[in-house]
Amino acid sequence: MSNVTNILLFMVSCVLTHNFIFSRFLGCCPFLGVSKKVNTAASMGLAVTLVMTMASLITWCIYHFILIPLDVMYLQTCTFILVIAALVQVIEMFLKKTSPGLYKALGIYLPLITTNCAVLGVAVLNITEELNLGYAILNGLFGGLGFMLAIVLMAGVRERLETSKIPEPLKGFPLSLISASLMAVAFMGFGGLA
Amino acid sequence: MDIFIPALIVAVIGLVLGALLGMASKKFYVKVDERVEQVRAYCAGAGCGACGYASCDAFAEAVVKGEAPVNGCRPGGNEAAKAIAEVMGVNAEKTNPIVARVICQGSNATAKERYNYNGIPSCRVAAGIAGGPKQCRFSCIGLGDCMAKCAFGAIHMENNLCVIDEDKCTGCGACVEECPRNVIRLLPKEQSVYVHCRNTDKARMARDVCMTACIACARCKKACQYDAITVENGVATIDPEKCTRCGECAKVCPCKCIVPPEVVA
Repeated sequence: MSNVTNILLFMVSCVLTHNFIFSRFLGCCPFLGVSKKVNTAASMGLAVTLVMTMASLITWCIYHFILIPLDVMYLQTCTFILVIAALVQVIEMFLKKTSPGLYKALGIYLPLITTNCAVLGVAVLNITEELNLGYAILNGLFGGLGFMLAIVLMAGVRERLETSKIPEPLKGFPLSLISASLMAVAFMGFGGLA
Repeated sequence: MDIFIPALIVAVIGLVLGALLGMASKKFYVKVDERVEQVRAYCAGAGCGACGYASCDAFAEAVVKGEAPVNGCRPGGNEAAKAIAEVMGVNAEKTNPIVARVICQGSNATAKERYNYNGIPSCRVAAGIAGGPKQCRFSCIGLGDCMAKCAFGAIHMENNLCVIDEDKCTGCGACVEECPRNVIRLLPKEQSVYVHCRNTDKARMARDVCMTACIACARCKKACQYDAITVENGVATIDPEKCTRCGECAKVCPCKCIVPPEVVA
């Protein structure tokens, strides 16, 4: 197989088959918390995508250029958290200065991502799956887009649920969880793709 | 000893990141006008939206930008206006306190019932059923939608009619928006003389449904020496600019829908 096909397949697998929420169960907290409206869900997805891409790049570099030479690979979780937290802060400041529009659109969701497990998850997965730098960045970018797809779809479903007739005991969170699980089952259908 | 090296490594990474963050915060520093915070501190902070902005913060920002008037915070009243004006370095014009007033006196005692309503206790619902439980189609329905909406506890119900405590009312206008019948209006607080009816029907029809309906007889208009009253569309209106609150109109009103100033106080 050519390199291009490989990369394309990798992208598809990041978004669909290895979707962070539906097959890896990472980032479920914002997925359930910020999926009440499509607009805010899209903002959140955008912010996560941005941070995951940047975090993939930085943590990969940190791991390969600092932790491996110093032979302290077991510090990865600790340093990754540190780096991601700092990274989110810097991105926030950078956006505030350079693009107030985007900063306003992302709003509170950007700092919230600091402790999002999908971001730490992508950083750790990049290392455990022994991806090279290019693939690591793609993993972050398309993993983030997969997250965005999932959260926007979920928000769409939940917006519909708001106005539908639902049995009393299922109202609110129970039905959200059920719809999330049904979506996860649907996403399993992509399993044969890559 | 083995523990010190990794600890040192993490500490160094942390320090470097800290230094980077410090540099970044200088480099990407966005100047926030300190006056915004000061103005925000003087706002009443009720979040009522009477100023026309989404939040007190948005209002403070708009004041500093010069888009909103310094006396825009209605719940804050004169004190807030003064303090905000000081921050902005301008003289505050005296705010004209505004309160919500009920343009209806149709309580159980005066307004005739159309039917006995036992449904959901909400004016909005009742208003949709055969024109409401009171015969007058302009009247206060009296089920307390406004009372539920008022954030300041200024509204209570008496005899199926809402009553507003003008001392507690901040003029935010939440009740005005809530009322399905539009019987609440924002009026200057000092304007204590006003017509307590908005029934535009002809005299006979208005009088048939309510004892205190304005029948547009124009006696008040004749009694007014200041030309402050107009009678249009079957209802009298008092112009607060011209009115001196002498109370002559209230004396002649046959339906008592203008209340003398001392009674309203």
